Amino acid sequence: MARITLQNLKHAYMANPQQEQDWALKEFDLEWDDGGAYALLGPSGCGKTTLLNIISGLLKPSNGKVLFDGEDVTALPPEQRKIAQVFQFPVVYDTMTVYDNLAFPLRNRGVDEATVDKRVREVAAMNDLTATLNNRASGLTADGKQKISLGRGLVRTDVNAILFDEPLTVIDPHLKFQLRSKLKELHHRVPNTMIYVTHDQTEALTFADKVVVMNVGEVVQVGTPEELFEEPHHTFVGHFIGSPGMNVLKCDISDGQAHLGGRKIATANKAGPASGLTEIGVRPEYVSFAAKGLEARIIKASDAGRFSIVEVECAGGRAKLLINEGEPVPSGTAHLSFDPKATRIYQDGWLAGRERRP
Amino acid sequence: MNKTVNQKAWFFVLPVLILVAFNAIVPLMTVVNYSVQETFGDNVFFWAGLRWFEEILRSPRFHDALGRQLFFTFTILAIEVPLGVIIALAMPRKGPWVSVCLVLMAMPLLIPWNVVGAMWNIFGLPELGLLGKTLNSIGFDYNYTRQPGDAWFTLILMDVWHWTSLVVLLAYAGLVSIPDAYYQAAKIDGASSWAIFRYIQLPKMKRVLTIAVLLRFMDSFNIYTEPSVLTGGGPGNSTTLLSIDLVKIALGQFDLGPAAAMSLIYFLVILLVSWVFYTVMTRGEEN
Repeated sequence: MARITLQNLKHAYMANPQQEQDWALKEFDLEWDDGGAYALLGPSGCGKTTLLNIISGLLKPSNGKVLFDGEDVTALPPEQRKIAQVFQFPVVYDTMTVYDNLAFPLRNRGVDEATVDKRVREVAAMNDLTATLNNRASGLTADGKQKISLGRGLVRTDVNAILFDEPLTVIDPHLKFQLRSKLKELHHRVPNTMIYVTHDQTEALTFADKVVVMNVGEVVQVGTPEELFEEPHHTFVGHFIGSPGMNVLKCDISDGQAHLGGRKIATANKAGPASGLTEIGVRPEYVSFAAKGLEARIIKASDAGRFSIVEVECAGGRAKLLINEGEPVPSGTAHLSFDPKATRIYQDGWLAGRERRP
Repeated sequence: MNKTVNQKAWFFVLPVLILVAFNAIVPLMTVVNYSVQETFGDNVFFWAGLRWFEEILRSPRFHDALGRQLFFTFTILAIEVPLGVIIALAMPRKGPWVSVCLVLMAMPLLIPWNVVGAMWNIFGLPELGLLGKTLNSIGFDYNYTRQPGDAWFTLILMDVWHWTSLVVLLAYAGLVSIPDAYYQAAKIDGASSWAIFRYIQLPKMKRVLTIAVLLRFMDSFNIYTEPSVLTGGGPGNSTTLLSIDLVKIALGQFDLGPAAAMSLIYFLVILLVSWVFYTVMTRGEEN
């Protein structure tokens, strides 16, 4: 078990990165506490897997250091880092039984058979694999195989952290939920640091205590699910997390105040020095119809169970708002009000008036 | 469920049936026909029953040829399969060298078989061949046209040179189809290179290796052109393999009956051994 620190980490797959786009991973620092459950969330191709492979040692970063409990492990190969990793596609050793699969990492490390047997049976019980212990691993279903991959990580007692690389991608939807709760349960029982890579916000938000949101090779925000929801540091976070995502509308700035369609909008933060693109971000949950305020034209309303999502056109853009079930949806034009505490100004995508480095 | 019976479908199968009939069934049946008759020429045949089969199965000449054939086939399999796997493992998986290696490997396979025989025939000549002269000049008494041992050595070396590539290419195809995640997982599990080979690479190559062994078995059991050009079955009868013997009986002595009976026995041996191979090698997959 260890605390993982990433210092000035940066990575490019090409030999001589010249421009900003050449970096698969842009420079950042990150601290992961011992025993925490973390998620790396971002769209495909944002550098999540690169970052994960750097932590596990499958990839050596072009720049920066990886520290486990303050000890520099950047140059160490994966087998010496005491890391377990579960991959997107389940990896099992086809010719072996489930038992031998689970025993494999221990036997490779020369652990005596009595201990191997004890550990394998413990882990099999945790992963509901006891009944199939003597079956050939190749005959199992995808979720069974993924449990074996997970088991091979849990079986070792020396593991610093378990890394998950989109482990539920190939699992049937109805089993995803089961396996996810299993992971959560295991994290309570085995207090290992767990890092979970996914592009699915539900998976990330339900699994992790803290989520690292990434976009195009950049760490955009690190925070608890609540922080990510309540105070997105970047319009990307607002958009990516939440369903429907945050409304982002282009606005004008004068005297540090935001104006939409010529009307002053009260916001929680003040605009910084002048910049290119200025936007207002507000989640649909904090937009409501009012007697007066910003004018909007209703486009459509769709029922989403306990509430309806109403899409409107206002100030040259589109926005969504939620209204409770049963409340009337105005037709034609209406007026909107934004909750000032949850309405923020973003400049060039980033939350205005904030240090950019996450 | 109501299935409409549509006899027109047979028309679509017909071309294949005709093709197979003319290139396999009809010739095979002709051989069966010859095998139970005796002829003295002029297209006059007499019923001979199973006499030729008995004769062939009891003849020491056939036993010797079969023995030589089995020795040849199992020797080249024992060399080519492990060697092919080792070469495939040593080949690069990525980068510009991949195509270079693949072309180099495919080269021997592209050479016509009788040319291979002729090449090695000259290559091995003790007075002027590169191999023959070199061996003699460094003190080996090498002469494949006179000494049976040398003839066998050259024959096996030639086959290994010619056909190991096939095993390499098949094994390589099996290797490159293994996803990276397997190697990464093995690294994290602390597996040694032997364990990676034993538990990842070998199981994943099993299918293509089965095919490689079967192809090499059938081809080497049928081999005719190369040894016929290289040694012609000699010196004496020391490298007379089954096919060479068969041609001697059929076309040299024009004993159509015994030759036909021998062909059928030959065919059944190949069929039987291939079936045994296949069953043994794929047995594990069903349970």
